[in-house]
Amino acid sequence: MNKDIKASAPTDSEIVLGILNNSEIVLKRLYTTYFPMILQLIINNNGSEDDAKDIYQEAIIVLYNKVKSGEFELSSKLKTYIYSVCRRLWLKKLSHMNRYGGDIRDFEEYLPVDDEVEKHNDRDIQFNKMEAALQLLGEPCKTIMEDFYINNRSMQEICERFGYTNADNAKTQKYKCLQRLKKLFFQQK
Amino acid sequence: MSENQLLETIERYLNGEMTAEERNQFELLRKKDANVDSKVIEHKLFIGLIKQYGERIELEKRLDAIHSEIDVDALKEELLIKPNWVVSMWRHHHSKISVAASIAIFAILSTLFFTGKLNNQDSNFVLLKDQIKRVEDKTKKIERTINNNRTPLKPRISSPGKYRGTGFALSSNGYIATDYHVIDGADSIYVQNAAGESFHAKVIYTEPVYDLAILQINDPAFKDLGNVPYNFKKSISDLGENAYTFGYPGGEEVYNLGSVSAINGHSGDTTEYQVSIPVNPGNSGGPLLDDKGNLIGIISGKQPDIAGAAFAKKSTYLLKAIQNIPADSLNKSLTISTKNTLIGLSRPQQLKKLKNYVFMVKAY
Repeated sequence: MNKDIKASAPTDSEIVLGILNNSEIVLKRLYTTYFPMILQLIINNNGSEDDAKDIYQEAIIVLYNKVKSGEFELSSKLKTYIYSVCRRLWLKKLSHMNRYGGDIRDFEEYLPVDDEVEKHNDRDIQFNKMEAALQLLGEPCKTIMEDFYINNRSMQEICERFGYTNADNAKTQKYKCLQRLKKLFFQQK
Repeated sequence: MSENQLLETIERYLNGEMTAEERNQFELLRKKDANVDSKVIEHKLFIGLIKQYGERIELEKRLDAIHSEIDVDALKEELLIKPNWVVSMWRHHHSKISVAASIAIFAILSTLFFTGKLNNQDSNFVLLKDQIKRVEDKTKKIERTINNNRTPLKPRISSPGKYRGTGFALSSNGYIATDYHVIDGADSIYVQNAAGESFHAKVIYTEPVYDLAILQINDPAFKDLGNVPYNFKKSISDLGENAYTFGYPGGEEVYNLGSVSAINGHSGDTTEYQVSIPVNPGNSGGPLLDDKGNLIGIISGKQPDIAGAAFAKKSTYLLKAIQNIPADSLNKSLTISTKNTLIGLSRPQQLKKLKNYVFMVKAY
């Protein structure tokens, strides 16, 4: 019974609710439902299955963020939305690779999603900068930053982990690291 | 306040860890000091970015985990109906194929160009056609010669003229009729009268189809001949009618007598009479007259293997030819004699009168 439900395609509102509730199962069903469509799109337009994976995951992230931010309105089918985002992303990538012959062979209708893809792209650039800054920061600062700001660990935990004798030292170290990280981040172009 | 302390304060403020009093104080400071305010905003955004970055990394990990469970290869096989090899070949190699094709086309064109096929094909074709036509014409000529087996009476005497024939006056002022084949291809033409006087003449009109040519004496030494004694018969002569001719075969003035033996000429040629009259090379272009002195034809040829069969173009065709002469070719009026002064005269007397109007035509 459970399996049957799993196998059938989830409804769009199911997915939106699932994302808002951080449901792992819904995310998985969403992913597996529409991946074949995108695989077909990319492979039919000079891409590989790895390209399909990258493009599809990006589109899922765009959808995910949009739902999370509360901006997503179910004005169109989710399927169409995902297809449109992938299509736009792939066109962009093709023109980057200079392999783009002029048009994509479509088999689904699509929406204009240029703005969203642009936004996603801008954010991607920021994230890439952050990643680079963290790499440049080096240890132990990188782990301290990740533990404190991303993984929400307490200063106490961090103290123990790095063997700081008191919390004040750790705090001082943390702020030093943060200042350096900011510097590294903003130095990048 | 050191940089670190400020950061700590901002963090406490943003995390809501301040007391109400502290908070008010800090907010006052924010309002007063723009530097502090911008630091707060910047810190908020930056920490937000770090957190979002972390979330993104985590989401990507989750998606990767999901993806790793999908059998992509099986999916690919199942999904994609493989296009046939021509299509896939074209898809993968279309640029190479295009280049190869253009090189091939270029090679063919340049080969054609350098071998001259491209340029000369048309003219070759036309030439060929021309040759075929020429061959055709030649064949026809040969056929005709075989069929006719008749020779124009044009003697090939090398000296003094290239060709010789006979001609006769059409009018007193120097117009002379002869056969086309007598003067065909001649550079210059002289006519000689019975007294042995030569005059230069020019061709003013020809009708090769009927083997007729009209000459005009344009020599200053030439004097008016006086009225032409014979007239031109406008109707067809009767079978069996006596006919005679006078000409210069072999350069001598020769009279010959015979009769109209057939109304149609060789192979039923309606433009000619068949005349049983002995004629020789040189008689071509000579006048054929009947007993009464009417000009009924012009000697044109004979059939050597049939005894006494000569041919004469009917006078009606000569009259037509005269009418066809373009007006601007005539610088003197060509008035055909209608008065017959030979009628009733004996043959020797007729010939005496006649011979002043019959010329030897010499074509050089």
